[in-house]
Amino acid sequence: MSTIEVILGGVILGGLYALVAFGFNLQFGVARIVNLAYGEFLMGAAFAAFFMFTLFSINPIAGMLLSAPVTFAANWLIYRVLMTPLVRRARAREELEGETILATFGLLFVLRGAATLAFTANNRFYDFLGAPLQIFGFTFAANRVLAFAMACVFALLGWIALNRTRFGAALRALAIDPVGAELVGVDVRSLSALAFAAGGALAAAAGSLLSTFLTFNPSIGIDFTMKALVVVIMGGVGNMGGSLLAGVLLGVAEALCSYFVDSGLTLAVAYALFLIVLVVRPRGLFGTP
Amino acid sequence: MRQQLRRTVSVAASAALGSLLAWSAMAADAPKSIRIGYAVSLSGGNAQGAATTTLPGYDLWVKDVNDKGGIMVKEFGKRIPVEVVAKYDDTSDAGTLLRLEEKLMSQDKVDFVLPPWSTGFNLAVAPIFAKYGYPQLAVTANSMDEEQLVKQFPTLFFFLNQPPHYGGALIEILNKFKSAGQLNNKVVLLSVGDQFGAEFAAGFGAGLKANGYDIVLQKSYPLGAADLTNEIKEAKASGADTFIAGSYPPDTFMLTGTAIAQGYNPKIFYLAVGTAFAEFGANFKDKAQGILGIGGWDPALPGAMDYYKRQVAVTGHAPDGWASPVTYASLQILEQAIEKAGTLDRKKVLETIVNDGPWDTVVGPVDLKTHIREHQIGVGQWQNGQFVGVAPSDFPGVKPVIFPKAAW
Repeated sequence: MSTIEVILGGVILGGLYALVAFGFNLQFGVARIVNLAYGEFLMGAAFAAFFMFTLFSINPIAGMLLSAPVTFAANWLIYRVLMTPLVRRARAREELEGETILATFGLLFVLRGAATLAFTANNRFYDFLGAPLQIFGFTFAANRVLAFAMACVFALLGWIALNRTRFGAALRALAIDPVGAELVGVDVRSLSALAFAAGGALAAAAGSLLSTFLTFNPSIGIDFTMKALVVVIMGGVGNMGGSLLAGVLLGVAEALCSYFVDSGLTLAVAYALFLIVLVVRPRGLFGTP
Repeated sequence: MRQQLRRTVSVAASAALGSLLAWSAMAADAPKSIRIGYAVSLSGGNAQGAATTTLPGYDLWVKDVNDKGGIMVKEFGKRIPVEVVAKYDDTSDAGTLLRLEEKLMSQDKVDFVLPPWSTGFNLAVAPIFAKYGYPQLAVTANSMDEEQLVKQFPTLFFFLNQPPHYGGALIEILNKFKSAGQLNNKVVLLSVGDQFGAEFAAGFGAGLKANGYDIVLQKSYPLGAADLTNEIKEAKASGADTFIAGSYPPDTFMLTGTAIAQGYNPKIFYLAVGTAFAEFGANFKDKAQGILGIGGWDPALPGAMDYYKRQVAVTGHAPDGWASPVTYASLQILEQAIEKAGTLDRKKVLETIVNDGPWDTVVGPVDLKTHIREHQIGVGQWQNGQFVGVAPSDFPGVKPVIFPKAAW
């Protein structure tokens, strides 16, 4: 096993982290909501993919086309019904972040409890594209490579949408300065709702893809929320490319650690890297000051 | 004559009075139900384990007992149904669990408390069970210090053996094929980074070294690891014929899936917790064939398959091939001990559990004289869709080992 192979494995793992982080980034970076229930939507989509695959033999990628719009609608509703009152009464961005943390923290428990009731606390796992795939002569599981490829596609599409469209310009304006954006004619509220909903749809996409190779149960959501939070802060809030790079950095650091030191220390290394980035660049790798 | 009459009347009266008293005493004392309570992880990180191993057994047992009309309690002269009067969620938090156990015993004052899920939680509540004198049939617990602990807590019983025991059972299999020249002496030993993994690696590692094995790769990985591809690749490169992982359910599934994807085919492929789950066989289907794991049971025992089918029918959960049937067996013991003791007095029931074994259960006869279930299957293997016991070889009912594991 060569170092190159280890790094390549780390890049693939990192793509997965980035994939988890994209939707959170949209919700946090643009809609300004720290959605602690983010991972629950990912978990919900994983269950949806599981049941569609095991009961109706629907391919998880096709299933994603169903679960992503449903999650989009659900998140749009959550923003409209639950978040809008908080957005209205918040006087400052910091206040909004604090209040939405509390509200989504509650939502987390509601969703997790409902999922435990509906699906039981059992671990789920199914086999989809578990076949080996050769890349530069190294073997990787096809489902992991697929998730990585989709992460790259989402990053690219996200970049194009944000930087090459009028809609994206409005989103960026909103991310940088909501008041200024409103002054130049951006419909802040409906755009925030759209960004929040799109974040949910990305969570669903990530959940569908992850479910092809991870074991999951109703209580895994928070693990992904935390991972997403680390990646988004590290890469820079509101920056998709930053999330991809931060995810890949984390993945490679973990892979190198597990190979050269000990797998038990991967978490320590990941958080050490996070700390270093925060010390050197407090707003993340690509954060705007 | 008059005297005789008087005597008759007085005898009759006293008899009537006596029976009336006895009747009223019985009516007052015979409880409507045997009150059962428990606190188990219904949510949080431990919920999956509890939902797989523990809760279906509890539900099935309550139904089974009540279908018979209850447990025959001699001191009341009738069958008394069991009733779960308190079922609490410890939210996978030990502090919450301790409070709930105190509540069950001091406020709810239930007749019997069924144990929580996991080694750590059972050890955490052992002092409370001992303080209030409740028998603790701790099925999902095991420790290197079982002998010590049952001395310290006289209400505690262990049902699963210690790491050196199931380690020894696997080493017996390895020795057989190594001495026949079919297996090299190189071993890969992985473990999950928590108490279970650490005790597992220590117990297995010492046994392997004592038997002349060379552990060419020993590593731990964090609980909830997202990727174990490197571990499998290193194992593949190590040239070891034997792969042993002290794993927990999520990583048990991930290690197997990754080994299949990487085309890693050691002759011995052994995983720990989760290998025995029905879901494991359902997911990997014929690829599970030949995979070894912790636990194992004998479906040919009297009542065993019947129990399996009833649990599926009643709870919708297929039992695993390790601790699930033992959970049900522990409750069969409680039921029989209450019946034999003829009372709901916990002290007497506890003494009966200890002294009046062996008890007939779906995992065979169980004797608890030492508070520890001494004889049991240590290693199981997936054979034609069932996780059956294969070692130690002198245990009645174990099947021959399939060796080597066929390529995926």
